[in-house]
Amino acid sequence: MNAIIFSALLGVVLMFSGILVKNKSAYTYIAAVGLLLLLVVNLLNTYGIWSIQVNTHAMLRFDKFGMYFNSIAISATLIYVLLSGKEIEKAGANVSDYYALLFFVLCGVTILSSFNGLLMLFLGIEILSIPLYILTGSDKRNLKSTEASLKYFLMGAFSTGIMLMGIALIYGATGIFSLGGTSMAPSSGLLRPSFLEVAGLILLFVSMCFKVSAAPFHFWTPDVYDGAPAVFTSFMATIVKAAGFIAFVRLFDMHTQILGPTWHILLAFVIVATLLIGNITAVFQQSVKRMLAYSSIAQAGFMLFALYSINDLAKEGLLLYSVAYSLATIGIFAVLIKMSDYTFDGFNGLAKTQPVLALATTVCLLSLAGIPLTAGFFAKYYMLASMVKAGGPTWLVMVAVLFAAVSVYYYFRVIQAMYFKEGDAETAPVTSLFKTVLLLLAALIILLGVFPSIVLNWFYF
Amino acid sequence: MIPVLLILIPLVTGLISFFLKQSAAAKNWALLSSVITLAVAVTGIFFLPANQLAFDAPWLPNLGSRFTLMTDGMGKMLCLLTAVSFPLIFAATYRNDYSNAPGFYGLMLLSQAGLLGVFLAADALLFYFFWELALIPVYFLCSIWGGNKRIAVTFKFFIYTFIGSLLMLVGIIYLYFQSPDHSFALQSFYHITLEAKQENLIFWLFFLAFAIKMPIFPFHTWQPDAYEQSPTATTMVMSGIMVKMGIFAVVRWLIPVFPNASVHYGNLVIILSVTGMLYASLIAIRQDDIKRLIAYSSIAHIGLMCAALFTLNKTGWEGVMIQMFNHGVNVIGLWVVADVIEQKTGTRKFSELGGLAQKAPVLAILFVVMALANIALPLTNAFIGEFLMFNGLFHFNVWIAAIAGISVILAAIYTLNMVQKVLYGKTAVATENAVEIKGNVQLVLVILAIVVMVLGIYPQPMIDLTKDTVHAILVK
Repeated sequence: MNAIIFSALLGVVLMFSGILVKNKSAYTYIAAVGLLLLLVVNLLNTYGIWSIQVNTHAMLRFDKFGMYFNSIAISATLIYVLLSGKEIEKAGANVSDYYALLFFVLCGVTILSSFNGLLMLFLGIEILSIPLYILTGSDKRNLKSTEASLKYFLMGAFSTGIMLMGIALIYGATGIFSLGGTSMAPSSGLLRPSFLEVAGLILLFVSMCFKVSAAPFHFWTPDVYDGAPAVFTSFMATIVKAAGFIAFVRLFDMHTQILGPTWHILLAFVIVATLLIGNITAVFQQSVKRMLAYSSIAQAGFMLFALYSINDLAKEGLLLYSVAYSLATIGIFAVLIKMSDYTFDGFNGLAKTQPVLALATTVCLLSLAGIPLTAGFFAKYYMLASMVKAGGPTWLVMVAVLFAAVSVYYYFRVIQAMYFKEGDAETAPVTSLFKTVLLLLAALIILLGVFPSIVLNWFYF
Repeated sequence: MIPVLLILIPLVTGLISFFLKQSAAAKNWALLSSVITLAVAVTGIFFLPANQLAFDAPWLPNLGSRFTLMTDGMGKMLCLLTAVSFPLIFAATYRNDYSNAPGFYGLMLLSQAGLLGVFLAADALLFYFFWELALIPVYFLCSIWGGNKRIAVTFKFFIYTFIGSLLMLVGIIYLYFQSPDHSFALQSFYHITLEAKQENLIFWLFFLAFAIKMPIFPFHTWQPDAYEQSPTATTMVMSGIMVKMGIFAVVRWLIPVFPNASVHYGNLVIILSVTGMLYASLIAIRQDDIKRLIAYSSIAHIGLMCAALFTLNKTGWEGVMIQMFNHGVNVIGLWVVADVIEQKTGTRKFSELGGLAQKAPVLAILFVVMALANIALPLTNAFIGEFLMFNGLFHFNVWIAAIAGISVILAAIYTLNMVQKVLYGKTAVATENAVEIKGNVQLVLVILAIVVMVLGIYPQPMIDLTKDTVHAILVK
């Protein structure tokens, strides 16, 4: 409960700080301190030292898994603010509002990590989404940004509609909003789930696929990610996406048996489509930003493995995947924003002009590609292992592995441009703080790649 | 502690190397590091009791993976090969100048750490880690310091081997869940019993990874281009040591884990290998470039080793063991010669060379020694290895042995053709100003030639060193 309350409060604080404080970089400091505070109160809650008790009538359930994810999301946001704070200040006129919106998004994230009923899921998704629509369109003078925002809003509203429809159907079938309370419960005496409930679940599935940009509901992703100011794309593609997956797993954790074998066929189709579209389209991109948009779709395909196998390995793995993927993507975006040219050729010769940036980007790219000694390897390892443990089909594992090899192609194109090609990549001036944080990020990725237990052992406290 | 040191010394010195400023300092630093590694390896392998050669520590308790290192005879021999090769490679290419030399030597040392780790690891996940650690520095080495077509060629090489590695990873995960105590330890992998269908499937997941690495026909297409385009020092590492990773892995991780599938698919693998031998030898005859010729000749030699392994015959295996070492020595020698010739004359094409023997007689003599070893003439080290391997093949199937034997004749044709065109005949324009080799290069080639001769006359130490591996795995 701590994280939900404090993130909402901090959002309000930052919103009003715009009246009192006029110095733009002050907001970044306030936000960083606020995030640190948020992290601390969430940790206090996790280890049961201090928490605010509110009777939620079982609509929220605070378990280790959720609170643990909160810590990950808050830490990732903190790193993101430290790296890209300067860019947020430049994104538009109302800097304090952007930070306030980021905190409201975090509030949505924390609700999504602890919802115990469909109503709360809906609230969480909406609290998360609406600030994002605004952030996408924050660069008002840019037509692409406005277009992306409108597109995102329309598509998002549509999927929310589908989700509400699904919730209504499930409520109609079972009479309750809480998770796990299905018509198959022994008390109801029914052996087969009702048609309404199955239809409702499928609608929920579709709308969640939309939120995590799984194919074939991914069409909004490249345009929105490309059109939004890069600094907010970075946030959307990482923390928000990971939160979507956590909600997805929480939602279907108890509901898979209702759909029976159909569930696995449906999911296998979505996974293969997501991997195929994400990876193959990413190969043909000329802009690194667009490539990253498709890569985020491709990575979603891997994360969907956790949904297929739902077991202990899958949950641990999803947390690790969130960390690995978020850290790497935040790092790459932080560098990308500094580049004056977003195409692959824009990176030519970066290793000569900015060796530190090139090194950190390389580590991040290796992690995304799942090369051993980086966090991304263990993330992928856990996904594959959970699938094998759950007895999932071998062909699905093989397909995923082959697409992982395809992903090497487009990630390594950036490395090739930076190290092996001639050119003088131009960057905006970078501060030594930026370099330090970036190097620490890279070091963290490697550390997690050698000892993933650092993250996972917390889980067993 | 010795195995840990063997990995740590190149790893740490390699990382330090990136921070050096001058290229001369980096060169000497790398040479010093590799000599220390050699000293540690020799001390560990020949002078210390066996219990010093194993190491075990917890690594990933949640996953059931431990940091376990062990050395059997084959491991010792390959560690020795790696430890001996690197100082020789550094010394032989001492005169080459690289842009950003600290980076070059740092990556070389990192790949040495990876290679030694592969030969020492006794835990599947650890093995996978080192397998990749050996690959990634080589990818950067070839892509930064290679020839004109380096980026595309090296990328092909990387994608090929990475697909292989990923398939192996899937195989490792499957085996992990089948292992009796849910661990990645080599010994528990040895105790897995699988259903025939499953065993056959996972066998291929592993074999593809190793076949690409070796490489076995038809997975070899990355190899000639990669060897040709890489900087020579890296090519030496790749062809001298890295291809042995494939052979080594088949002995340690494939045949004992999948005994039935290895018998079942043995014929197919042997036929592929022998096809590759003839195919590569025939292509080698048509080559006009020293590097490409050595690359194809290397495919032929590796094919013979792989074929001999799958005969599951003791004599054949003894041959493979000593040939792994000998092929490493010989092929590095040939690369040194190729590199020297390119440095002195500016070309690697036979058609532009000729009459080098008059200008550089010492080089010519040493070149001939290496060439003869490549043909496996008696009194050279390769003879005894190839003899034993053919013996093994002969016991397995006379016809296959006979067909494989053709490749020996072909080897003589292409190697002697190369020697003749490069060393003798009319002095070509390119060789007009060539001078005799001196210093480091001469020393390295003399050392290699001595190893060739000594092991050719008295190969028993190598057979003794590796016989425990042969025995342990074949008896199982």
